[in-house]
Amino acid sequence: MAFNSADINSFRDIWVFCEQREGKLVNTDFELISEGRKLADERGSKLVGILLGHEVSEIAKELGGYGADKVIVCDHPELEFYTTDAYAKVLCDVVMEEKPEVILIGATNIGRDLGPRCAARLHTGLTADCTHLDIDMKKYVEFLSTSSTLDISSMTFPMEDTNLKMTRPAFGGHLMATIICPRFRPCMSTVRPGVMKKAEFSQEMAEACQVVTRHVTLTDEDLKSKVINIVKETKKIVDLIGAEIIVSVGRGISKDVQGGIALAEKLADAFGNGVVGGSRAVIDSGWLPADHQVGQTGKTVHPKVYVALGISGAIQHKAGMQDSELIIAVNKDETAPIFDCADYGITGDLFKIVPMMIEAIKEGKNA
Amino acid sequence: MRIYVCVKQVPDTSGKVAVNPDGTLNRASMAAIINPDDMSAIEQALKLKDETGCQVTAVTMGPPPAEGMLREIIAMGADDGVLISAREFGGSDTFATSQIISAAIHKLGLSNEDMIFCGRQAIDGDTAQVGPQIAEKLGIPQVTYGAGIKKSGDLVLVKRMLEDGYMMIEVETPCLITCMKDKAVKPRYMSLNGIMECYSKPLLVVDYEALKDEPLIELDTIGLKGSPTNIFKSFTPPQKGVGVMLQGTDKEKVDDLVDRLMKKHVI
Amino acid sequence: MDFSLTREQEMLKKLARQFAETELEPVAEEIDREHVFPAENFKKMAEIGLTGIGIPKEFGGSGGGTLEKVIAVSEFGKKCMASASILSIHLIAPQAIYKYGTKEQKEAYLPRLTKGGELGAFALTEPNAGSDAGAVKTTAILDPQTNEYVLNGTKCFISGGGRAGVLVIFALTEPKKGLKGMSAIIVEKVTPGFSIGKVESKMGIAGSETAELIFEDCRVPAANLLGKEGKGFKIAMEALDGARIGVGAQAIGIAEGAIDLSVKYVHERIQFGKPIANLQGIQWYIADMATKTAAARALVEFAAYLEDAGKPFTMESAMCKLNASENARFVTNLALQIHGGYGYMKDYPLERMYRDAKITEIYEGTSEIHKVVIAREVMKR
Repeated sequence: MAFNSADINSFRDIWVFCEQREGKLVNTDFELISEGRKLADERGSKLVGILLGHEVSEIAKELGGYGADKVIVCDHPELEFYTTDAYAKVLCDVVMEEKPEVILIGATNIGRDLGPRCAARLHTGLTADCTHLDIDMKKYVEFLSTSSTLDISSMTFPMEDTNLKMTRPAFGGHLMATIICPRFRPCMSTVRPGVMKKAEFSQEMAEACQVVTRHVTLTDEDLKSKVINIVKETKKIVDLIGAEIIVSVGRGISKDVQGGIALAEKLADAFGNGVVGGSRAVIDSGWLPADHQVGQTGKTVHPKVYVALGISGAIQHKAGMQDSELIIAVNKDETAPIFDCADYGITGDLFKIVPMMIEAIKEGKNA
Repeated sequence: MRIYVCVKQVPDTSGKVAVNPDGTLNRASMAAIINPDDMSAIEQALKLKDETGCQVTAVTMGPPPAEGMLREIIAMGADDGVLISAREFGGSDTFATSQIISAAIHKLGLSNEDMIFCGRQAIDGDTAQVGPQIAEKLGIPQVTYGAGIKKSGDLVLVKRMLEDGYMMIEVETPCLITCMKDKAVKPRYMSLNGIMECYSKPLLVVDYEALKDEPLIELDTIGLKGSPTNIFKSFTPPQKGVGVMLQGTDKEKVDDLVDRLMKKHVI
Repeated sequence: MDFSLTREQEMLKKLARQFAETELEPVAEEIDREHVFPAENFKKMAEIGLTGIGIPKEFGGSGGGTLEKVIAVSEFGKKCMASASILSIHLIAPQAIYKYGTKEQKEAYLPRLTKGGELGAFALTEPNAGSDAGAVKTTAILDPQTNEYVLNGTKCFISGGGRAGVLVIFALTEPKKGLKGMSAIIVEKVTPGFSIGKVESKMGIAGSETAELIFEDCRVPAANLLGKEGKGFKIAMEALDGARIGVGAQAIGIAEGAIDLSVKYVHERIQFGKPIANLQGIQWYIADMATKTAAARALVEFAAYLEDAGKPFTMESAMCKLNASENARFVTNLALQIHGGYGYMKDYPLERMYRDAKITEIYEGTSEIHKVVIAREVMKR
């Protein structure tokens, strides 16, 4: 029977597209499988991982340990490295045959390439970069009651609704929207990496997971682009303006300047690809080069997270950073003006606090 | 060779973002700008024009005032503009939008040596979906997260960014490339000569009538009603209150902080 | 009567603002501190055609007229007064060549000035000829043997003089005739006998290089005579009429920039538990600053309109410059006062703007000379 995305009752199960790079699963896979497990339970359906690659069936079982009932492995030499053409062809062919109700894809640079291409081919909707997912309406209403300013008590909800409710931020988190895709299936969503919580790994479940390998055919006709090479690089951004995470240091690092800057760098790395900035005092003292300066005479920044370490918060510094989405300040002096614009303030010695923060963030990320 | 550059006018969210009491965005209070990633697409196209003398056409879908943006792009060096505008197109999601834009490009003609450049994503929705969906509907290959583009003959070499590096991809024309901001690609300014002449350059308005019989359009999946995805609820997150001073021992304060950051998905 | 800008003028305003924010503002403090001419930025201005405002496309220009100059210069002035000054003064030389030059002169010099990235300069002032421009001593005597003018003398306080590729020099071709013996002559940077003397250290607009020009038996072809012999003083005065509108534009720009900074600051600065914007004393300052600046802009734009429309504008040009420059000093002073101690510190641009604003009351004619011009025009009816 021809594939018809509007025949919504013929679709079953929750699928997770599992990305591999160089034959290794990526963290997002485990996050999405863990989240997918919850959704499959809410829906009373199966959770299936779909893994594309070459000679990757051995790594498939691990997905079971986070909740996959089954993993479909599509194996072909052309699938070793990601290409839009090959991956979209294989994924869409399997989906048209198996008809999953929901497909979750990690919103990585690869997932965000593949997702829209497939959604267009499958004639269905796709919601980008989701940070929260529900099927069960009761759970969704609970979510709204804690995470929105809506007055839930004055609203009515269709409690029997079984659409996937996909919540995502817009305008840099100033607005949130919950999106549904009621008329077509599969319901597709890319999910922001690092947001969904990874479940405990269960060896027992991993062993119970069924791995099915599918035969795949790809012809030269299917492949209109080719990967020449892949280059890995560890990039060091000094671009404060475009940075999402900035950890800035102030005069508070004076007792151990190099140590203080090193701590800031480690904290920036712990948050993920952050950049180190400095107050005017730090730049004037020559502790950091001038392009690191934040503030009126330096740069005006609005990162997602701004951490001020040992910065008192002179008005010209605040003018340069107060529009950051989230501000964390650590300072010995509890009356420091920086605390007036901080979302979270910690009074204490940054040389003691920051190492603890680095540890706790790493633990949190691995939890 | 013709390069279509798909652009979008977006509210400038780099300053303060204003939200109406009902949770929708107060667009009127914010300046309209050309989406930043689209500026990279424009610059990449104009660089190819400098090298090859190709035609560069700026394409946008939006309300009539979006013409001003197209004129600015012409003042930067583009040859002409296409404004896709109709009440029926309003409220379209990415699936619906890509149908309309691909139908318009199909109607204008896409030859074997042509290319389509888009921005990687728009700052109002951050979806990064319209580009790949246009490519699929037109049946042409795509390269997303493009940072550098070189053309030789029928082949285009694109540097495609990954989270931890990049891939070099070779792709045939016609193709679609989405471009991201890149330090090496600094969008040029309008020129004063360009400004003086931009209103005398061609600008084609494509409306519902012009597209409704195009094979790439399904009339029941465009616009607010037809879009496959719908907004079920939109809301503002709880307001950022005055800051919280965390209490307890150093360790307790740090744990409390990390806990709150995790709840907010900051880490 | 329609006060609105055309859509092209709106776009130019946006372009000039973007350019000022992206290129000029980030280096404004540095070029002031280091007294260095922003050569890179001048080249960028040329790339986008701003150095060709008011000159038709056939000579490499970008079209437009005085109002376009006012738009660009005032947007620059908001962020970097030195850069506004550089553009505004640069435009005098191509304007004069376009107005009085022969076809050959236009073709030879204009493209270099409009889009070639070369700076223009206008040299009238001498150590003993300031407001009294008639006291010029520099001579340019025709040598009939070689058909060259031989220049001797010294010009001082010449904006961009040391950097300019093409200069318009005022000298006496018939010294006995005094004012009536003054002529305008085009001199190229690389001419034997022409050298750069002292580069001045100034109070403000430090990024705009101001130099002494020395002519010692400097020979230029007779074909470099701009306009007719003996018409130099008229050419200088007409050029200054237009230049004064440029200074007016600089002055309203710097005032508007100072108001922008003040408005931002009064909302950020908390004293007595509330933003100082809530204090009526501050509100009155802001109201005065905004009102006077709006009036100053209206007069500058009116003078620009008159020039563009080909109507007499000597009086309005003098009025708009007198008024806008006094207002620039008034507004930058209050803006600095609003910023208090922070305003006095070099961390904030206010002290620089305060210093920069002062020049507008002095160059291209002092306020006092403007009053002479205005009174003469008013009372002759």
